[in-house]
Amino acid sequence: MPRVGLMITCLNDALFPDTGRAVVTLLRRLGVDVEFPAAQTCCGQPMVNTGYLDDAVPLVRNHLDAFDGCDAIVTPSGSCAGSVRHQHHLVARRSGDPGLVRGVEQAPPTYELTEYLVDVLGVTDVGAYFPHRVTYHPTCHSLRMLGVRDRPVRLLRAVRGLTLLELPGASECCGFGGTFAVKNAETSIAMGNDKAHHVRSTGAEVLVAGDNSCLMHISGLLSRQRSGVRVMHLAEVLAATEPVISGRAERAAGPHSVGSATPDARTAVTPEAVTR
Amino acid sequence: MSGTFLGTPAFPTAARAALEDSQLRRNLAHATGTIRGKRAGVVGEVDEWEQLRLAGAAIKDRVLRHLPDYLEQLERSLTAAGATVHWARDAAEANAIVVGLAKAHGTDEVVKVKSMATQEIDLNSALENAGIHAWETDLAELIVQLGDDLPSHILVPAIHRNRAEIREIFLREMGSAGRAAPADLTDDPRRLAAAAREHLREKFLRARVAVSGANFAVAETGTLTVVESEGNGRMCLTLPEVLISVVGIEKVLPTFADLDVMLQLLPRSSTGERMNPYTSTWTGVTPGDGPQEVHVVLLDNGRTDVLADRTGRQALRCIRCSACLNVCPVYERTGGHAYGSVYPGPIGAILTPQLRGVGTDPQTDSLPYASSLCGACFEVCPVRIDIPEVLVHLRSEVVDAHREHRRVPSVQDMAMKAASWTLSSAARTGAAERAAGLGGRLAAKLGRPAPGGRTVLGAVPGPASAWSDSRDVPVPAEESFRAWWERTGRDEA
Ligand code: SF4
Repeated sequence: MPRVGLMITCLNDALFPDTGRAVVTLLRRLGVDVEFPAAQTCCGQPMVNTGYLDDAVPLVRNHLDAFDGCDAIVTPSGSCAGSVRHQHHLVARRSGDPGLVRGVEQAPPTYELTEYLVDVLGVTDVGAYFPHRVTYHPTCHSLRMLGVRDRPVRLLRAVRGLTLLELPGASECCGFGGTFAVKNAETSIAMGNDKAHHVRSTGAEVLVAGDNSCLMHISGLLSRQRSGVRVMHLAEVLAATEPVISGRAERAAGPHSVGSATPDARTAVTPEAVTR
Repeated sequence: MSGTFLGTPAFPTAARAALEDSQLRRNLAHATGTIRGKRAGVVGEVDEWEQLRLAGAAIKDRVLRHLPDYLEQLERSLTAAGATVHWARDAAEANAIVVGLAKAHGTDEVVKVKSMATQEIDLNSALENAGIHAWETDLAELIVQLGDDLPSHILVPAIHRNRAEIREIFLREMGSAGRAAPADLTDDPRRLAAAAREHLREKFLRARVAVSGANFAVAETGTLTVVESEGNGRMCLTLPEVLISVVGIEKVLPTFADLDVMLQLLPRSSTGERMNPYTSTWTGVTPGDGPQEVHVVLLDNGRTDVLADRTGRQALRCIRCSACLNVCPVYERTGGHAYGSVYPGPIGAILTPQLRGVGTDPQTDSLPYASSLCGACFEVCPVRIDIPEVLVHLRSEVVDAHREHRRVPSVQDMAMKAASWTLSSAARTGAAERAAGLGGRLAAKLGRPAPGGRTVLGAVPGPASAWSDSRDVPVPAEESFRAWWERTGRDEA
């Protein structure tokens, strides 16, 4: 049995633990024996992308130690998978530590969740049931850094009860961009508002993506606009086997609950439309 | 807007002004959206586009690896073909050479082919100061020049102007610069183009000296190339007696055959055309045909410093197609002026700080951060410049430059140090999460419910306000994933 290490990412761990739990549920349902190496913390992307490569060195070292002995790493974040695959060697090279460079070169392969499901496990129907109108935002790092292409859409299309609605301008950046969201807050918000506008134009009840960082930004705007659109990580949709948007949620959300969202564009999405 | 980028505030501040101008944002979204679509269409027609990109990148990389050799070969070829080669270390030297040549010919005006290199060195001001009028002949450049404005796009310098504004500029300014616009000028694009044509014609026919740049310079043959859409460049390159070309040293190509690849990559990437309308090539002097005196000024102006940087040097592969501007979501919303340099957009964000050097002024240092790192620029770049990689690399240079100059670390330095310390240990991370969870329980009382049962916070004061002014803030989970796994997760299988 291969040892699969779950990389939950710092943001998911502290702010969105439901996503991690959904990944555990999902992978176990598919017969994967997952482990959560408790020594893991953060991949170091926040430091790297802000220009603090030296401060990322202990994080990369910690990451390598934590996942040592795993055969594969799976993570519900295109951005962090991209960071491990494309940034860790930069950090290691800069550290001047040949041991760290070797460690990065020999690290187990890191998969974003949908890559693991489709490419390694060979499944597109994960047995999910989610009877809602959904639109999918392919986050930049999934789309361009990793090239996950139509994998997420194929997975979503196999979910029973789910209606997939095409998101206009899907491939455009939502404006999160890590520290960009704060350093260039106005530009970031302008980009995010355009994204939120497109999301609302679909009439979807739920916006789905493979990165909680981007979703946090978009949902922060949707929620400030009191739009009633809910955001969910793709893993949570794929893990669902019964209607998730329950009475509890509707009560909590008050009059802006998903039940009151008006569908005004029910065009079903085609895989090509999302992955072009 | 005055005729210089000097004094432009740092990017976030300059961007704010642009973001408030809704007309500008609409113009930009429309213009970039249209050209994006055109580009995607014609690029999609080429099955081997990726091979072409790789070939383009490889040619440019070979040039950069052996730059001195190719430059010397270019000098020999040019000289043999009857041209005079000048070397300019910086803007001042280049400007002095051009001004000197123009003066030697006793002229008080030159016609110009659109050229980024001459903008980079601000040649027009240098000529103006020497009493020589420089007339821009590219339509968009002319609009910028007449409007005492600054260019905001590499290919379409007046992209921020609409037709009504252009009509006004023509009516107001053309008369004092030469042939006046007809009094009944409308904002019909054809009428505007006709007015420009009349205005420029007398300049083409009168000017004795022309100034151009070059898109490519072939070392093997000493051939310079200019590609353009209007034919005005060709007028300048053929009618005057003297032609002076200011050429960045990275523009050299080894062989004539290399043009084959570049002339396929460039028009599809820049204007979304299969082939550009006018491609002019000239090799030194041809007796009795065209300019009888040809000068080439090979310009460094910081390029050898860029070359010395292993990661950053890929910016010198740039062929100035502007595809990265047209797909950039940041550029689309802020426009080009916010970048405070003649090179705006993603390429400006990596080229300008390298040419100027980081760590000297806040405006330059803000440029590598003017990106969400979405990667759209890399995806379209015809010579595969990994712009996000260079951006991150330059951010580290900015951080390093400031660390060296500061005795007291900045707030950001300390925050990164603290985060690094906390996040390099699972025990410390867990403790921080438990504290946040406690805070979250408190915050939950202040927050309001969002769809899905989560609680969010509205605007909060202090350092988080840059986020929360317009975006609700998620409240930390009461139980982290890590804590859940410890409690139940691991055994639940
Ligand atoms: S960086 Fe690439 S896409 Fe941008 S202008 Fe230069 S060649 Fe074109």
